[in-house]
Amino acid sequence: MRPYTEIYFPVVVQIIIAIAVAAGMVGGSFLLGKKVRNRVKDTPYESGMQPVGSARERFSVKFYLVAMIFILFDIEAMFLYPWAVVYRELKLFAFVEMLVFVVLILSGFFYIWKKGALDWAPESDKKTEPKPLPAEASIATILNRH
Amino acid sequence: MFANYLPTGAEYFRLLPEMILTAAGTLIMVLEPLTGYRRKRFLGHLALAGLLAALWAAVVAYSSPGPAFNRLIVVDGFATFFRVLVIVVGILTVLSCWDFLARHKAESGEFYSLILFSVVGQCVMVSANELITLFIGLEVSSIATYVLAGYLRDDKRANEAALKYFLLGSFATAFLLYGVAWIYGVTGTTNLVDIRQILESRDVIHPILAVSTAAALMFVGFAFKVSAAPFQIWAPDVYQGAPTPVAAFMSAGPKAAGFAILLRVYLTAFGPIDQSWVPFVWTCALATMVIGNFAALAQNNVKRLLAYSSIAHAGYIMVAVATGTAPGAAAAMFYLAAYAFMNVGAFVVVSHISGRGERKVNIDDLAGLSSRQPLTAALFSVFLLSLIGVPLTGGFFGKFYIFKAAIDSQLYWLTILGLLTSAVAAYYYLRLIVVMYMRPAVDGEEELPPLGGGLKTALWASALGTLALGIFPSAVLNFAGASGAMLVR
Repeated sequence: MRPYTEIYFPVVVQIIIAIAVAAGMVGGSFLLGKKVRNRVKDTPYESGMQPVGSARERFSVKFYLVAMIFILFDIEAMFLYPWAVVYRELKLFAFVEMLVFVVLILSGFFYIWKKGALDWAPESDKKTEPKPLPAEASIATILNRH
Repeated sequence: MFANYLPTGAEYFRLLPEMILTAAGTLIMVLEPLTGYRRKRFLGHLALAGLLAALWAAVVAYSSPGPAFNRLIVVDGFATFFRVLVIVVGILTVLSCWDFLARHKAESGEFYSLILFSVVGQCVMVSANELITLFIGLEVSSIATYVLAGYLRDDKRANEAALKYFLLGSFATAFLLYGVAWIYGVTGTTNLVDIRQILESRDVIHPILAVSTAAALMFVGFAFKVSAAPFQIWAPDVYQGAPTPVAAFMSAGPKAAGFAILLRVYLTAFGPIDQSWVPFVWTCALATMVIGNFAALAQNNVKRLLAYSSIAHAGYIMVAVATGTAPGAAAAMFYLAAYAFMNVGAFVVVSHISGRGERKVNIDDLAGLSSRQPLTAALFSVFLLSLIGVPLTGGFFGKFYIFKAAIDSQLYWLTILGLLTSAVAAYYYLRLIVVMYMRPAVDGEEELPPLGGGLKTALWASALGTLALGIFPSAVLNFAGASGAMLVR
């Protein structure tokens, strides 16, 4: 058996390269880049949202629900990729196994659907006509309203 | 090229209990939105049927023991013993939750589904022969239990319990996973038997520090699951805040499964390096017994008291683990079986007397129980006497075998301290019995509801189990002895 230092040598090389690339990028832009500073440039980048304000905004719980359900189904769908690669060799066996898997996912989907986790509008809004959005509505104002 | 990997019918047969439980749990989940509130009990019956079918499957699966799915899981006596145990705990929980859920107007299919999913996870854990499978089982079981702890979602304490359990639990499993990564880095495999062979072989020099680090990191995860010191801090708050039937379930099922994986990983995989892990298991056993028993003395809330008592019992079982021998493993298995019956029984009584909103869970609320409901008081006394370790109960033989195994392994100090702390424990258990029998009921106390059918069945089954293990221990002990010996072969 080879000594551990030899086995893990590639890992060390990987770490060194990772550090070198990161340091190179930061250092390169520090050395080569222009340094024009003003107030707007110094503010942190926040995807167009106001960077300063209370962090304790109240969001509708539906955002969390949708995010959680998205992650679950997203990860489950990922299992289809390795399955697709070996599908030809495994033939019927793979088909049946994936069928079981998909049926389990779909029963979860059925459950969240029937439980109303996908109903975005509150009950009161459903009865009235949807109001047209004001022209100046942006993502930020919609998010703030919820 | 893949033909060799196709599982055979026998392998599916070995996984039958898990498949039945998953199917039943999923079916209940799908039926839940389709049943009206008044018909939710039907889903409870369905869960019971699924658990009974899984119990049958776990027993018949043992007729063809062996590994399955590329040795990911193995069905042997050890796995069968614990599968039966965790499924029985599931059955007792479902039987005892009906009255409680009806009283809180919280009956729903989710409760039964989550119980079934948690039991599936525990079954996978106890039959896992490989670290990743073990981890998946642990997560399946834990996530369902986190949700169950916060099941009464309008209750602030239940929310606190769920959040604490979730945060600390995820943290502890991260340690476990890190330990798995270490052991994979050193040995290049996650299969427990292969790890043992590699650690045993003399022609390879192992960095003992790395292997011990892996063992220690994994111990953090296991010790959290079984609420052993110094990772026991969550247990009192979570048991107190969680709905009482869930506390009963958590204190028996996940704990038994946690000890099962601890025994399997340490005795099978880390058996050859026991000199490096016995010291910290030893320390943990000692600290757990002392902390659990002495903290329980100061409790006035019965649920909290039982939580500390459950920590103390984890300490006794940890003594059996510290022996690192087959008789020690057998003693731990026997103890866990006895403990499951007596502890679930005690929690079931508490869930019966707790009343709406679980307000009546203080020791004073037990006053005069012997005259208000003689049967409940008598059965509660049986469970408490067994928790003390009085002869003719399962708890006595459990402690007897553990301390016998400890003496055979020259763990004299642990034995002495174990016996001393058990004497301390007798005080707080007897205090409950004294309040039940010798203090008159408070005037104006509202009547306790009569025992419901499910509750009565669960209580009698737990009491019979406790007494049967105390009067005829040999059958269970022989089975445990034979399957415990398989771990260290």
